Amino acid sequence: MTENATASPRSEDLPLKVTRSRRNVAWSGLGALIVIGVLFAFPYYVGPGTTGILIQGLIILTLASMWNLLAGYAGLVSVGQQAFLGLGAYFVLIPAMHGISPWAGLFIATAGAAVCALPLWWLVARLRLGYFAIATWVLASVVMLIIEQISSIGGGTGEPLPGLVGYDGAVLTADTYWAALTIAVLAIGGVYFLLRSRVGLMLTAIRDDEQAARSSGVRVGLARLLVFVVAAAGCGAAGGVLAIQQLGVTPGTSGGVFSVQWTAEMAFAVIIGGIGTIEGPIVGTVVYMVLQQTLQSYNVWYLISLGIVAIAIALFARRGLWGTLDERFNIRLFPVGYHLWAPGERRGRRRAHPVS
Amino acid sequence: MAWVNAIIQGLLTGGLYALFATGLSLLFGVMKVVNLAHGDLAIVAGYIGVGVIAISHLPVLWSIPVVVAAMAVLGYVLQRSVIQAAISRGELITLIVTFGLSIIIENGLQQFFTANSRGLGVGDSFITASFSIGSQITVAWFNLAVFVVAVVVLVGLQQYLSYAKYGRLIRAVADDREAAQLSGADYRHVFGIAAAIAFGTVAIAGMADGMVTTISPTLGTDTILLFAFCAVVIGGLGSLWGTLVGGIVLGVAQAIGAQVNPSYETLAGYAVFLLVLVIRPQGLVSQGAEL
Repeated sequence: MTENATASPRSEDLPLKVTRSRRNVAWSGLGALIVIGVLFAFPYYVGPGTTGILIQGLIILTLASMWNLLAGYAGLVSVGQQAFLGLGAYFVLIPAMHGISPWAGLFIATAGAAVCALPLWWLVARLRLGYFAIATWVLASVVMLIIEQISSIGGGTGEPLPGLVGYDGAVLTADTYWAALTIAVLAIGGVYFLLRSRVGLMLTAIRDDEQAARSSGVRVGLARLLVFVVAAAGCGAAGGVLAIQQLGVTPGTSGGVFSVQWTAEMAFAVIIGGIGTIEGPIVGTVVYMVLQQTLQSYNVWYLISLGIVAIAIALFARRGLWGTLDERFNIRLFPVGYHLWAPGERRGRRRAHPVS
Repeated sequence: MAWVNAIIQGLLTGGLYALFATGLSLLFGVMKVVNLAHGDLAIVAGYIGVGVIAISHLPVLWSIPVVVAAMAVLGYVLQRSVIQAAISRGELITLIVTFGLSIIIENGLQQFFTANSRGLGVGDSFITASFSIGSQITVAWFNLAVFVVAVVVLVGLQQYLSYAKYGRLIRAVADDREAAQLSGADYRHVFGIAAAIAFGTVAIAGMADGMVTTISPTLGTDTILLFAFCAVVIGGLGSLWGTLVGGIVLGVAQAIGAQVNPSYETLAGYAVFLLVLVIRPQGLVSQGAEL
């Protein structure tokens, strides 16, 4: 939520309205349904190669939405989300090694990552900002080191994913795509409805003034815990899809599921698209995919250019591409805040910046 | 006897970790900046060292002052430009910018220097020379020297911040930026000086790391940043003595872990870090600083 609903009217007779949006949201809801429908039909008219690239995009989109929830709405700048991505991948792999379908494993990955988030949260709950960032990074490293000790699930080298033999390649890609799309839609929808709920209101209160929120009875710790667990679940689900797409799990920090590059990609996508908006991660993921696809033959250059773009946007357009558009034209497809507006008055457009 | 040896080696490695942590601790103490690119900058220093030696054919020890000077200049420039711009835009932006720098540096180094690891001064006799205590304990002179350098750097920095004109200015700005500014201090310049000092210590750490073991592009985040952070937290925030203690505790914990099972080395260090985080979050050498 990006509005302050507290501005007092200068004169009593102005008709003030408080709404979610300045436009009718029903249209963007319908638009979203159409877009989702079109995306679901994609595997029927694009090749498996393109579908594979789209799966990658959907994984990043899910991750970015989760990171946006963490950093953009709860002030939790985690650099350790790769821990939950990796755990999710292993929660698909381990049941599959015992004969459970990897598709069912996606549910285990989601729930398992959420459960693992609880003890990890307890360790870092006290920390703020920079210290929270590095501490989550250390935790991701600890999770990786522990998993690499267990040789029955591949130790430090990883393990191919059983349970998908006999699948036709194109069908598998299409099924993976649908799973990835479902998860991405659930992630974005979940964040949207979470932020429109009481929790969203609590998070806005905390962001604006933590002390004041606390003294008005907002359970700050609980709200942050909830966000941390939800984000872990989302990253876990994305990790599960990754395991299915790669038909195996590779641990390790360079190129593996525990690489900090995953967090870099999700964070940069959020910053570029616009932190603290639902649409930001979507826009950011598109930018990420374009950069990645155009520069992929130049090895690591896409990540370098992504970093440069993210720094430039963080310094010169801190609300990101979508935030800047919104500022200029007042478009918001998924409004989670409130507008206070008196027709004909500019004050209704007043808005605070997202977390800073 | 093997255990005594492990503890002694861990103690000496702890000196190196304290060196890693000095710059991180200083930047946080002075401008409340958690520099996520810290480890990668140490690696940059190492590669500058590789370049300086290749071009000038200086002996590796003589290249250290050149690298320290280069990094100090880089620190001042980076602080006055990107980091200062980030600080004035809030903590979230600072984190994003330093994280971005970290990713750019790491991938850039991989692009230009490949992922292979390199050593500095490989084959120089002073790095491999050692002396023995008893029959089972062998101490490398160079590791001992690194430990001494760590102590000298930390004590020197403590003294500098306590007594030198600029050191006291740095503390004044850290304490109350507005008040210091009203008294005529240009806080941006002071921050720049602090960053130059921090980067200088980072340069020493990077060079020492390249000489004790090897450097590779991914080492900056995989180990240096995380170990430095662990050392800072174990010792306690805002205390340079704490940083030294933290580094030593981390080094000894890792050495003991490695003695139990070589694959437990890093985990043992993190275990102590997490233990401190839970039981004594203010660190072992408490200054009552808030996290």
